[in-house]
Amino acid sequence: MNSSWIILGATSGIARAVIRKLAAQGHGMFLAGRNQTELEAIAADCRLRGARMAEVMTFDARDHSNYGDLITRLRDEEGELNCAVFTGSMPEQEAIDADPNMIEGVLADSLTGPATFLQMLAPLMEERGCGAIAGVGSVAGDRGRLGNYVYGAAKAGFATYLSGLRNRLGRSGVHVMTIKPGPVDTPMTYGMELPLMTTPDAVADDILNGLARKTNVLYTRKIWRLVMGIIRVIPEPIFKKMSI
Amino acid sequence: MDWKDTDYAGWGRALRAKGAIARPDTRAALNRLEAAPAFGMRRSYGDAALNSDGRAVDMSGLDRLIAFDPDTGQLQVEAGARIGEIAAAFAPRGWLPAVMPGTGFATIGGCIAQDVHGKNHHHMGSFGQHVSQITLLQNGQEISVKPGTRLFKATVGGLGQTGVILRATIKMQRCAGDVMLVTERRAPDWETHLALLDASTASYTVGWIDATATGEALGRGIVEEGESASGLVRKPKGARKVPFDAPHFALAAPVVRAFNQAYFYRVPARGRSVVRPLQDFFFPLDKIHDWNRLYGKRGFHQFQCVVPLEAADSLRAMLAEIAGSGLASPLAVLKRMGPGRAGYLSFPMEGYTLAIDFPNRPAARALIKRLEARAAEAGGRLYFAKDSLAQGAQIAAMYPDLPKWQTEVAKADPAGALETDMTRRLKLRSAT
Repeated sequence: MNSSWIILGATSGIARAVIRKLAAQGHGMFLAGRNQTELEAIAADCRLRGARMAEVMTFDARDHSNYGDLITRLRDEEGELNCAVFTGSMPEQEAIDADPNMIEGVLADSLTGPATFLQMLAPLMEERGCGAIAGVGSVAGDRGRLGNYVYGAAKAGFATYLSGLRNRLGRSGVHVMTIKPGPVDTPMTYGMELPLMTTPDAVADDILNGLARKTNVLYTRKIWRLVMGIIRVIPEPIFKKMSI
Repeated sequence: MDWKDTDYAGWGRALRAKGAIARPDTRAALNRLEAAPAFGMRRSYGDAALNSDGRAVDMSGLDRLIAFDPDTGQLQVEAGARIGEIAAAFAPRGWLPAVMPGTGFATIGGCIAQDVHGKNHHHMGSFGQHVSQITLLQNGQEISVKPGTRLFKATVGGLGQTGVILRATIKMQRCAGDVMLVTERRAPDWETHLALLDASTASYTVGWIDATATGEALGRGIVEEGESASGLVRKPKGARKVPFDAPHFALAAPVVRAFNQAYFYRVPARGRSVVRPLQDFFFPLDKIHDWNRLYGKRGFHQFQCVVPLEAADSLRAMLAEIAGSGLASPLAVLKRMGPGRAGYLSFPMEGYTLAIDFPNRPAARALIKRLEARAAEAGGRLYFAKDSLAQGAQIAAMYPDLPKWQTEVAKADPAGALETDMTRRLKLRSAT
């Protein structure tokens, strides 16, 4: 059976590593994002690495006006549909403090944009009764912290959304996996000193393994499940005085 | 953030640098950067990829395959693409890069800048002979370079000094499939070893040499011959890692002697034929990530020279000195090269090439210096991809086309923005 992956945010560092592996497995690829030149280059790369086909789609998390057209195109594609979401933006917290209107964009990139698209895609996947959705949240969404709580709030919202979507789609054989990466060495984090950093390639391997095992919530690196478990149980009166 | 202060090293980890590194993953991000020398996966052992107290651009993120024409076998790729990834993607479809070096992690940009060779050099020549186009970034401008021009000859094997290599088109060759049929034969001594290499008609031929064997057994080793084939073979297992720097005694002389003994007798006296996954044949060490850590934190040097066919005896004398020193590691390779080379500073010449690793210790450095002098005397050459200890005057004598290269480089990069630790150490751009 034909199998296709829709990748939202296909130019992101983690997405690129995942896309390569999916292409090598022969899946069809729908690469969605804003930078058409980059997407075309990635699509050509996919075809040469073994993808059944690769097609570019314009997707802007902050502009939902063409989502209907995208869904129409996907309805025409036969076989199993899968979707992975890598959209998101992480401005410095200070930048947001200076311009609170940025919050809307952060929420759109990580939450409302992809959620709107997935909400439209869900019936299609339910109908077909197969496929998977993998969405990138963040360990930053597990608890609001001084350093990046707007980003954290957006990712927390998306994780909650995915949890609900899992609850719904699990009934019709569609698996939904929430990915919670710690810091990953991508262009977004280049030059930052961050703890327990990992590579996009390692995260991609974890994601594909997680999908094969139908993991519900995937922490990558795995140690983050433990770290965030501890951070989550710190009582609020103490936590509010900490800056971690 | 574009630039990040980084501590980095060549593959041998004996030479290190501190400087600002950028790692663009799009052309737009690269265009923002000012001119600086570029590197790929830093598989050159010495300082070819280092720029102390300066800037350098890590091209490994610009690694996409761009286009392939199955009628002609021409493949266009970005400079950061790894040769091993290309092989893995194309071998099942019956294509391989015409020339592949000993590690699949080498990038196309690196393969061009060092004009690398492979186990088939005696038939296919060097990497640059199968490059049909290179796109360089020179002072903010894209320049297309074609074979037959002086700029091409200065770029291939040119250590990145003519501009940042952005993309290239390489000619792939047909292969039977993604496995290799490998014949291994014991060579009990130096004479037999050379004779087996001389007589080999296989597509791929290489000799592993026991650099600890002395006396009658001097020069003994295993000659491997390979042909591509198709069929079923166990998939290679995932790579293993070296999780920490090994202690210095891990590769002490008795350990190496014992290992080499076992490695030699692993192949039965009558020889044997085995089927191997392609990666295991071409890139045997890639199975162990970060194997360079086996040499401990002081790192190691690789000595590689080529001497003309008629100077085989000089090479034998060098091997005798190595074997007598007790400093050699298990990683030693002997190979017969053909004349094929594509650039002014390309390493290959018709003759025999010997490559051996040594731990980074004073005695080993002194030995390498003596070996370098012997190679020079024999009319041989040292390899920029491996070198970390040679001197400028020695190198200038080994590379007669150096002045032609300098003329082209002076035109391409008049400000010297692309100089590296290696070009400064060897005074490559100024030596006369």
